[in-house]
Amino acid sequence: MTTTTPVSPRSLRWARRRQSFTRSWNAYRSQRTGMIGLFLLAAIVILALAAPILVDESQLSVTQATGGRMEPPSAGFPLGTDEVGRSILALTLWGARLSLLIGLTATVVAILVGTAIGVTAGHIGGWYGWIALRFSDWFMVLPSLVVAIALLAVLGRSMSTTILVIAMVSWSGTTRLVRAQTLTVQARPYLERAKALGAGHWHQMTKHILPNVLPLVLASATLLVPSAILMESSLAWLGLGDPNVVSWGSILNRASSNGAVSAHAWWYLLPPGLAILLVVLAFMMCGRALEAVFNPRLRGEQS
Amino acid sequence: MTDGSSTADGASTEAPSAGRSRPGGRVSSGFGRYLFKHVGGAAVSLLLVLFSSFFIFRLIAGDPIDQLTRERPVSPEERAAMRAELGLDQPMWQQFWDYITGTLTMDLGESFQYRRPIFDLIVERLPATLILSGTGMVLAVVLGFWIGTRAGWKQGTRFDKGHVATGLLLYSAPTFWLGMIIILVFARYLGLFPVNGMRSPSTPPDFWSQAADIGYHLVLPVLTYTAVVYAGYLMIMRSSLLDEIGSDYLTTARAKGLRDDEVRRKHAVPNALLPTVTLVFLALGGVVNGSIVTETVFSWPGLGSLFVQSIFYPDRPVLQALFVLFSSSTILAVLGAEILYWFIDPRIRRSG
Repeated sequence: MTTTTPVSPRSLRWARRRQSFTRSWNAYRSQRTGMIGLFLLAAIVILALAAPILVDESQLSVTQATGGRMEPPSAGFPLGTDEVGRSILALTLWGARLSLLIGLTATVVAILVGTAIGVTAGHIGGWYGWIALRFSDWFMVLPSLVVAIALLAVLGRSMSTTILVIAMVSWSGTTRLVRAQTLTVQARPYLERAKALGAGHWHQMTKHILPNVLPLVLASATLLVPSAILMESSLAWLGLGDPNVVSWGSILNRASSNGAVSAHAWWYLLPPGLAILLVVLAFMMCGRALEAVFNPRLRGEQS
Repeated sequence: MTDGSSTADGASTEAPSAGRSRPGGRVSSGFGRYLFKHVGGAAVSLLLVLFSSFFIFRLIAGDPIDQLTRERPVSPEERAAMRAELGLDQPMWQQFWDYITGTLTMDLGESFQYRRPIFDLIVERLPATLILSGTGMVLAVVLGFWIGTRAGWKQGTRFDKGHVATGLLLYSAPTFWLGMIIILVFARYLGLFPVNGMRSPSTPPDFWSQAADIGYHLVLPVLTYTAVVYAGYLMIMRSSLLDEIGSDYLTTARAKGLRDDEVRRKHAVPNALLPTVTLVFLALGGVVNGSIVTETVFSWPGLGSLFVQSIFYPDRPVLQALFVLFSSSTILAVLGAEILYWFIDPRIRRSG
């Protein structure tokens, strides 16, 4: 397909990457649930990004609230109001930004740490590899919500500590996965060839191992985001979130501490909860489809 | 393959009969070594938990006196007296040593908020947690396995798709939110069940009335817990059955003329169960800590709600003790799974 004349290694590499991307995309596209998840996700992300255009930030202010106390849905407030008279619709839209931001950032941090430790543990091995593996095993066994609560209770409540804590309880799975994949890649002949040609550890890890590990990492990252979002919402609901920001979990925290359940204020409970459910579901659908594309065990037709 | 001599010396302390050449002796020496390895690993993990709890709650958290005396001014003498009472005037290594020996002898210190020994608090609240998450877990495992095997066996049918979709949907719901919605619908609107708590004060004190009352209060929390957890078992059971479904031994079983139902029950499921055993054991560990959120939603008087309540006091000794308890229960559960694996998966015995 790449035409005639001498091709540089770089263009060859990109052509190959493009080709494998197209192949993966085609495999992904054939899965209906994956596509539904992707559309759902795109819609939610667009709404979250457009929140400042759709709803002015002043609507989040407690002092400038215009509605009554826990009013049911009406023309002025399509989803009703909270205990100080703010629009639930506005809160939910703005909450999307924070829930997504924390979920994604925490996942990125976890993935970076997990991949770095996993690749080095698999490649270098020895004492370092053994300790890294035991350490990640240990982290994996610890109950994540308990650890997160304990850390947040002593570190204090802010957005960055929330992100840090969620990343801390979720990096270990990636490490295991990446280490295992690194070991299989390492056994392939082309790595031996690279070594024979004098490739250093850094070159081997970044040019040969990483590109082969990344697809699996991507699939597992897509499945980490929903658990990070769920974790954030649970922590915020328990009252451990940043008190100065609005996330779906913190909206529900206010709802339960202000007696929305006993006031039968279903409009206060449903929107943020359904929003969490939809985002998590969308990510899970995408993640499962990606896993089917990238996991060699689930990929039937290619040899 | 398995030479007795190399395994015998490693495990001589556990299995004195290992040196003899009886076939039974060889197996037990292999098991001794396996056990030793995993028990040792678990012991190191438990020590690490103790270390990290000391690190988190004594070193990162700062001086507990500041938190204890937030609202009122204290004189330096009073401060010093409090420090001495809590043992904070000792050097750090001495505090660490006291902490380790205290925890190992079940002397967990005293709660700030209840002014009572933490050990008593835990003993008092443990049954409530065990009732709630024990019931919830048994239901979730049974439901997940039952649906998971049937869905996997008939992959792609309406039954399969419907159950996978329902499971994923419930799995995606935040537990606390589901609990709130369940309270809103079943307790507030329909008035069928109590809103929260574990028993009503008006119930007569005899055993059966009390049990019935607790059962009545248990329905909604268990429903919440099960609804969120069972989907995980469903998916794992389903996918491990799918792994087995193309196997030759199933074709053989069918060729023998077994009914489809028998092939599934007697051949496919036992093999598919293997990967799920770990999950069940992890869940066993989760019984102690799995219901933190559920207990909080329903004000269930168990360990989970004690943990959450202690965050805001802040009752640091209780947080620390529960952190250790929750973490070690999962570590011990995983150890249990590893030991069980020896008996149910012959491949481990060969690889050592």
